[in-house]
Amino acid sequence: MSEVVLKTENLGISFGGLKAVDNVNIEIKRKQLYGLVGPNGAGKTTVFNLLTGVYQPTTGCFYLNGEKLTGKTQEQINHKGIARTFQNIRLFNNMSVIRNVLVGLHNQPEFKCNPFVSLLRLPRHFKVEKAMRERAKEILRIFDLEDERNNLACNLPYGKQRKLEIARALATNPKLLLLDEPAAGMNPHETEDLMNIIRRIRDEFDLTILLIEHDMKFVSGLCDEITVLNFGTVLAQGKTEDALNDPEVIKAYIGE
Amino acid sequence: MSTVLDGLSLGAIYALIALGYTMVYGIAKMLNFAHGDIIMVGAYAIFVTLAAGGHVGIALLVAVLMCVVFGIVIEKVAYRPLRGASPLAVLITAIGVSYLLQSVAQIIFGAKAQTVSIVSFGTVKIASAEISVSSLITLVVGAVIMAALTLFVKNTRTGRAMLAVSEDRGAAQLMGINVNRIIMITFAIGSALAAFASIFYLMQIPSTEPTLGSMPGIKAFTAAVIGGIGSIPGAMIGGVLLGVIEKICLSVPVLAPYTTAVEFAMLILILLVRPIGLLGKKRREKV
Repeated sequence: MSEVVLKTENLGISFGGLKAVDNVNIEIKRKQLYGLVGPNGAGKTTVFNLLTGVYQPTTGCFYLNGEKLTGKTQEQINHKGIARTFQNIRLFNNMSVIRNVLVGLHNQPEFKCNPFVSLLRLPRHFKVEKAMRERAKEILRIFDLEDERNNLACNLPYGKQRKLEIARALATNPKLLLLDEPAAGMNPHETEDLMNIIRRIRDEFDLTILLIEHDMKFVSGLCDEITVLNFGTVLAQGKTEDALNDPEVIKAYIGE
Repeated sequence: MSTVLDGLSLGAIYALIALGYTMVYGIAKMLNFAHGDIIMVGAYAIFVTLAAGGHVGIALLVAVLMCVVFGIVIEKVAYRPLRGASPLAVLITAIGVSYLLQSVAQIIFGAKAQTVSIVSFGTVKIASAEISVSSLITLVVGAVIMAALTLFVKNTRTGRAMLAVSEDRGAAQLMGINVNRIIMITFAIGSALAAFASIFYLMQIPSTEPTLGSMPGIKAFTAAVIGGIGSIPGAMIGGVLLGVIEKICLSVPVLAPYTTAVEFAMLILILLVRPIGLLGKKRREKV
């Protein structure tokens, strides 16, 4: 059970002379809930952007299940099994809830369907469409969004939009899920609910999850290990409790 | 009655072309000013096939094939390397491609207009009105194509990916969608629609020249803007509206010489009242 899913080696990127992320080494084991914390501007989202191919690292590389993914494009990395959500929600706002999830299902070989087959409306088109819809509904059910599947994504309340974004990422069938501040803007009740959902999808989908969060209760309630970043470098790493009580970390967060 | 019907069928032609503009704009976020010239490519494909003794059906097939190939090649060679470049660079490239196509056509076929020996379908009498059969065909086939396109975009895997790319290219890519492939498919569909437009166009005016695509291209672009560029139903409505107005103007002797002026005046008027076009999406600024 202790196989390593994600491994980064001296991962770093500079913009001009600024080292936004420098020498980050993280190892995340299968089915682990791993936290990435740090003050604003520490480079957390940049790490996500590196891991999803939005940026190409200037130094180092990263591996998913031992396969080197550095240098691949965003959709290739997604196909290999890394999916993410965004700090500022980026749903397909003018599409319905279920269509957002259906777009997530796009990458799966079992749902491949030649555009000509669809255009001619051959039986295969209907078979694939039906299977996709069933699958999408199953995923929405986990997030308690099934009844709102025909609403436009932009009309959902904020907390549900966050959940839908996770559902859409989950639909791409990832091995590693990156959640960028999933609980931001949620009330305590919604946060509690979200923690349960995250544990549930981890178990049901055999997921490994790396999450960025500022809510320390959320992080310590969910993650067993964390990495603390500050100014792009690793400040502390290890068991959540220990890392959060590290004097350097406390100094970075609240000053001397 | 027959004026309105002629207008509707001309509108269907504009709408088919406008769909190419609007889909490419919505999905690739660029104005493909060479799109009008794809109609010219289709027209010459039909001209050559018919001159070689081919059947109209085969001519249409050849036209669709040629247009799709041209659309895909142009996208790959001229536009793909500029993805992420400034919109102005892409725009000037598109204009360059447009002139290139016209010049090459002129070298191959000469600048003179050439008559296309397309079958004439004559007219039928419906409720005491003389109606041209080609107008009817254009209208019916055009409507079927547009309905099929709407269904395709809404209810298929590829169609949804197109919508997703048009809304947020970055997020779509991170959801595993191959954006280049989707843009290629968009160009292919737009060009296929232009091929249909060219055969319908030749059924009304059976002659082709290298600059054949310019005017219908600009009119269709106007239609797309009137309807709200980026919107598929908008392009259809804009196209039909423009076609009907054009035919009505032409049928009123006082207005006839000013037809084009009336059409573009309408564009200006609509944009004054609704800068986003009839069905365009408002860009809400988040506070």
